[in-house]
Amino acid sequence: MKKIALLAGVALAFAVSSADAAKLKACWVYTGPIGDFGYSYQHDQGRLEVEKELGDKVETAYVENVAEGPDAERVFERFAREGCGIVFGTSFGFMDPELKVAKKFPDVKFEHATGYKSADNMGLYNARFYEGRYILGQIAAKESKKGLAGYIVSFPIPEVVMGINSFVLGAQSINPDFKVKIVWVNSWFDPGKEADAAKALFDQGADIIVQHTDSTAALQVAEERGLKGFGQSSDMAKFAPHAQMTAIVDNWGPYYVSRVKAVLDGTWKADNAWDGIKAGAVHMADYANMADDTKKLAQETEAKIAGGWNPFTGPIVDQDGKERYAAGVTAPDGDLLGMNWYVKGIDDKLPQ
Amino acid sequence: MLDIVVPIILTVITAATPLLLAALGELITERSGVLNLGVEGMMVMGAVAGFAVTISTGSPTLGILAGAVAGLLTSLVFAFVTLTLVANQVASGLALTMFGLGLSGLIGESFVGKPGIKLEALHIPGLSDLPVIGPILFSQDLLVYLSFAMIVVVNWFLFRTRAGLILRSVGDNHSSAHALGYSVIGVRYLAVMFGGLMAGLGGAYLSVAYTPLWVENMTAGRGWIALALVVFASWRPTRVAAGAYLFGAVTVLQFHAQALGIGLPSQFLSMLPYLATVVVLVAISGNRRATLFNTPACLGKSFVPDR
Repeated sequence: MKKIALLAGVALAFAVSSADAAKLKACWVYTGPIGDFGYSYQHDQGRLEVEKELGDKVETAYVENVAEGPDAERVFERFAREGCGIVFGTSFGFMDPELKVAKKFPDVKFEHATGYKSADNMGLYNARFYEGRYILGQIAAKESKKGLAGYIVSFPIPEVVMGINSFVLGAQSINPDFKVKIVWVNSWFDPGKEADAAKALFDQGADIIVQHTDSTAALQVAEERGLKGFGQSSDMAKFAPHAQMTAIVDNWGPYYVSRVKAVLDGTWKADNAWDGIKAGAVHMADYANMADDTKKLAQETEAKIAGGWNPFTGPIVDQDGKERYAAGVTAPDGDLLGMNWYVKGIDDKLPQ
Repeated sequence: MLDIVVPIILTVITAATPLLLAALGELITERSGVLNLGVEGMMVMGAVAGFAVTISTGSPTLGILAGAVAGLLTSLVFAFVTLTLVANQVASGLALTMFGLGLSGLIGESFVGKPGIKLEALHIPGLSDLPVIGPILFSQDLLVYLSFAMIVVVNWFLFRTRAGLILRSVGDNHSSAHALGYSVIGVRYLAVMFGGLMAGLGGAYLSVAYTPLWVENMTAGRGWIALALVVFASWRPTRVAAGAYLFGAVTVLQFHAQALGIGLPSQFLSMLPYLATVVVLVAISGNRRATLFNTPACLGKSFVPDR
């Protein structure tokens, strides 16, 4: 009698696990809370899109607030052991721990965002946000009455420096004398400090604010003062209906759907995806609160970039007057990902 | 010149107010001999409750009240654990911070990405239009005036009233206070609750007046700064106020310095508020005997009344 019960139990266990096996489990590791309305929030929107698009075929799971660094290994390993078919590590600092776990579990597929180390079962992905920043630069130069923008930034990493340079190149293409004041808040996320920095920049004469930090605070200050700005990571128009001219929206959904589909079809292979406006990974929110010809210009530039043109196409001269790229030469991706110099026209010194 | 100084002073006041509110509350708590390291947790609960009630009712005033109540309720958890159950205060305070951060994230989930309603500044006809002092003194919101008033009230309460004397005696020597017939636990309950209420107000100020939005962990360490201010100000309300404004001032000025492009490393400038506040407060509290005199002797020690 006992034996039968035991067998039944085993059979039941098998039944359950095979029912699970029919479904692919896709898992995400986030560095911030999904409630940040910024970076991690947008990744989670991508996860929800996978659930919506692929419905019954997948089951998703996520862990938020995972500290970058060695401790993340635990989370990746748990996901691998729990039967995840594909695991997305969404932040730069997850690279090494994720790679370690990927080597331990060759049958599980891994994807890593914004890093540079990969393996046969660990692919890379990122988005070309700098493409959007070039458009912001052009809009700022057209719309600013004082020819001066304030730029709030987090940390001097290549991703951020690339964004500043692209913004300034865009602005200079309209107004060669355009100036930008840069303030580092040394945090990705501190609404209070971001607001203080925005106030300081406005008080010093900037009439447009750009941010590479995650909260809506700076844009809300712009709204209060009747000045202009741009949203970051998500469309923040609700927070600043009269101030937001557009926003660079991280749109991970299409990529996540295509990758999870590839696993389902058995066609998944580790690759290195760095998509931009063309593939829809970078989405520009509605152009608003600007003159019609500015809007037209922004749309034209967006179309040009979607057509394959790269904002980092020479001639590009750096701060010290050295020519980095000759006319017509496009900066290779490797250079962009390691960018640690400012283009000509930025009066500030890059913190090292 | 004035057209840049006035906005700077306004920004400094906004940056200092949440710190000031939370630190004055913690000062009373610590003066009663209780070390509550959960300021950050109580603040963030105040922030989420303040935001939630503000956008649900449309009234920032109700939101601020809700923030204060949320801070107070959170502090009651701490009071029950450390005063009634006599658990370790340091560990319980740290746990309270984690509890507050987690619970506020859960409560606030549906409020993420919704624009808030800002607590409006007062406008007093005539006075608000005066140059310089008009915008600084007569065009603030209610919580700023409350924070000004609380500096005076807390100082007066501690050093000029009988109740303040009892509070300090409980913090300095709980056994003697008990022997004299004062309810040590009762006084400490009230002091912890006041600390929670003020931290809740500080948090609500963040999400309703400073930056009208809600996101997880939006206090971003301000509770810890408030805690540090109390210690470096050697438990004196006026020095806490000086410290809060100094911290706010250096934070704002370093942004201006960066925007002017003075060329100092931004990492150094970001560190300055902390450095300047600690150095100045330690210097003005430099007299060791006076500092010892002000330190609540029973700070962090549990009290079990013997019968």
